Amino acid sequence: MQKIVKTIIFLIFLFILSVFFIGLNRDTNYNTANQINKEIPDFKVSYLDKENFFTKNDLRKNNFTLINFWASWCAPCRIEHPILIRLSEEKNMKIVGVNFKDKKEQAKKFLGELGNPYDVSTKDMYGKQSVLFGIYGIPESILIDKELIVIKKFVGPLSVNDLNYIKEIIK
Amino acid sequence: MISNFGNLLLFISIFLSLSIIYLSNKNLKLNGNQITKNIFQLSLIQSTLVIICFFTLIAAFIVSDFSLITVYQNSHSMKPIFYKITGTWGNHEGSLMLWVIILTIFSFLFLIYNKNHPKKFRLLTLIIQNILIIGFLFFIILNSNPFSPLSPIPKEGLGLNPILQDPALAIHPPLLYIGFVGSSIYFSAAIASLISNYSEKNFASSIKNWILISWSFQTLGILVGSIWAYYELGWGGFWFWDPVENASLLPWFAMTALFHSIIVFEKRNLFYFWVIILCLMTFILSVTGTFLVRSGILNSVHTFASDPTRGIYILSFLSLMIFGSVFLLFKKYKTENYNLNQNSKETFVLVNNWFMMFYLVTVLLGTIYPIFTDALSQNKISVGPPFYNAIIFPVVVIFLIFMAIGPNTSWIKNKFDNIKLYFLILLGAILINLMIILFFKNFSILSNFIIISALFLILSSLKDFVISKKKNNLDLARIIAHASFGFLVLFIGLNHIFSVEKDYNMKIGEIKKFDNYSIEFKNLELKDFTNYQAVVGEFEILKEKDRNILKPEIRIYSNPKTLTYEASIKTSFIKDYYLTMSNIDRSDYYNIKFQEKPLMIWIWLSVIMIVCGGLLRFFKNAKNS
Repeated sequence: MQKIVKTIIFLIFLFILSVFFIGLNRDTNYNTANQINKEIPDFKVSYLDKENFFTKNDLRKNNFTLINFWASWCAPCRIEHPILIRLSEEKNMKIVGVNFKDKKEQAKKFLGELGNPYDVSTKDMYGKQSVLFGIYGIPESILIDKELIVIKKFVGPLSVNDLNYIKEIIK
Repeated sequence: MISNFGNLLLFISIFLSLSIIYLSNKNLKLNGNQITKNIFQLSLIQSTLVIICFFTLIAAFIVSDFSLITVYQNSHSMKPIFYKITGTWGNHEGSLMLWVIILTIFSFLFLIYNKNHPKKFRLLTLIIQNILIIGFLFFIILNSNPFSPLSPIPKEGLGLNPILQDPALAIHPPLLYIGFVGSSIYFSAAIASLISNYSEKNFASSIKNWILISWSFQTLGILVGSIWAYYELGWGGFWFWDPVENASLLPWFAMTALFHSIIVFEKRNLFYFWVIILCLMTFILSVTGTFLVRSGILNSVHTFASDPTRGIYILSFLSLMIFGSVFLLFKKYKTENYNLNQNSKETFVLVNNWFMMFYLVTVLLGTIYPIFTDALSQNKISVGPPFYNAIIFPVVVIFLIFMAIGPNTSWIKNKFDNIKLYFLILLGAILINLMIILFFKNFSILSNFIIISALFLILSSLKDFVISKKKNNLDLARIIAHASFGFLVLFIGLNHIFSVEKDYNMKIGEIKKFDNYSIEFKNLELKDFTNYQAVVGEFEILKEKDRNILKPEIRIYSNPKTLTYEASIKTSFIKDYYLTMSNIDRSDYYNIKFQEKPLMIWIWLSVIMIVCGGLLRFFKNAKNS
């Protein structure tokens, strides 16, 4: 009996450590460097207002798209909001907002107060779809081109430098 | 130059460790209970060298020597000197130097403070500790070298992340490291005890003070981290269940279980193997935490620049530690008699340990579960606060009740002759809770239970104080620690229920009113400081006749160019006012977030009192021995 218990304990440790090892070598989506120049993953989020779904294919008609992950409860999202408003004036790029783990009413109140920079507003209530993009904390934004290839990923609030960078790229 | 000097010191330290191991091994074969002087001397020289090595690094930060990559990446010549110094351990490489310092100093102190224990046990502890030291020194030299040179030498450094430029964060890592790196010494002692069959009660007295001291510092470290998060991260919370916070909590649970069960071991010579398992577990969890944080396998607000080779190294080291200790434990394990009377102090201490293990497993699962789902099914999930809150808080209620009753039970066989008194206390707790509800008009079942059980613990501790003072067998350390834990839970509960939060867009001159509060945006100023510029707002908060001025800031740091938002906090004994402000581009409006957080300062004070309890026990033990 004791032998069996010992073997099981040993195997549990072996299992945990091997998973750690696999985890280490895995190309984690969290690592933003690996996503650059690659196509974005398949995803399916619902619109903020409607129950229809918005998917990857809906992005193909835009020359450039900035996917921005935000929430009303996220203080830095307020900080970057003015930058998004400025970017929304760009003709060559659409902005898709993904409202992350938020309440619909509060999200709408947020946009009502600060202005709505999004061409399309979607929601990811449980944060599951956002994880596909390797979103860990918000705000984060992903700039993609017509072929849905990731050009750059912005972790944290967009800054004025980011604004200029994006303007330069989509010129 | 500095690079060569630093590397030389690191290599000498490895050589010293090898010599200590060699001499200890040689000394083991000699008769007598004397340890040769050489070993003491070498151990002292080793600690001194490692400290010099660390000061060399600090010196490089002070003079802004950008010929070192670490300094270049984490400092800037315009930085105030205080943050130049603290920048030394604000990064992966420098903080590992802190690791090694604590490993060596603890190794030396353990050697000199345990002279009345068997030679074999002491020497084996020293050998194991030095194996750990060598492991970490190699880790530093191979892929986390703070003395790596950079050429050509840059004129200016990249600067330290502004949110790390903070006094609380300057002392947070050293405190925490004394806690979880300190646990290495009882890991080594546990292995030594297994090898040398030193399983008597005396073994407990050799490690119990080390457990207390590391536990106290670990608690303080966690507290300082929370305080920092509270005023720096700007949303008024102080615990996020972030993987890194969890990593500091895991060894804390194991330590807490350990210093309770070691009381039983010392008094009744029971639970020897359980104590050993907890000793091993504490340090293994500390290294696991380090692995999770430094390898980049998990991301969090604390992420250090990650590098997979680092992960591989720590993982190999961790595997070696785990399999080595599990193998040894299995080899030496003998079935222990756990046939305890169900109503005895021994059982109550075991109950404490079950609770600690329950919390530990919950937090461990929540922390590593995302890694498992990702590695095994490619399904990425994140485990957030709702998981922890739902599982941990209801259990706290029962835990607190046990915590109140447990200490008064007697060894071997207990008789409850004061049940009536406990009922009275419970009644008192319920009454006070009712008064709180009536006064504040707020109700939620779980929070009521939590408040009642917290009050029960506090009142019981008070009762213990009065009774034991009369009988002259006062255990002040325990009473303070337990009562303060009760207060901590009580204050967190009240704070959670009675917080007020409001969000507004305001411009200068505007007044917002709600309930009986009024917030006036009075003024805005631009100020220049050495390493940043600040836009400072002035707000007047009026609640009935209580008038407060709050000045939140938006700071613009130059190196690296970053914007940070500094909350303005007005602390009083009853409540904190908490105000953050952020600008809205191209408008005169500012977004402000106002919070009233009751009893904040009492939450911090409760934790400090818990630590005082631990330290009091430590000094008492030290005096007795």
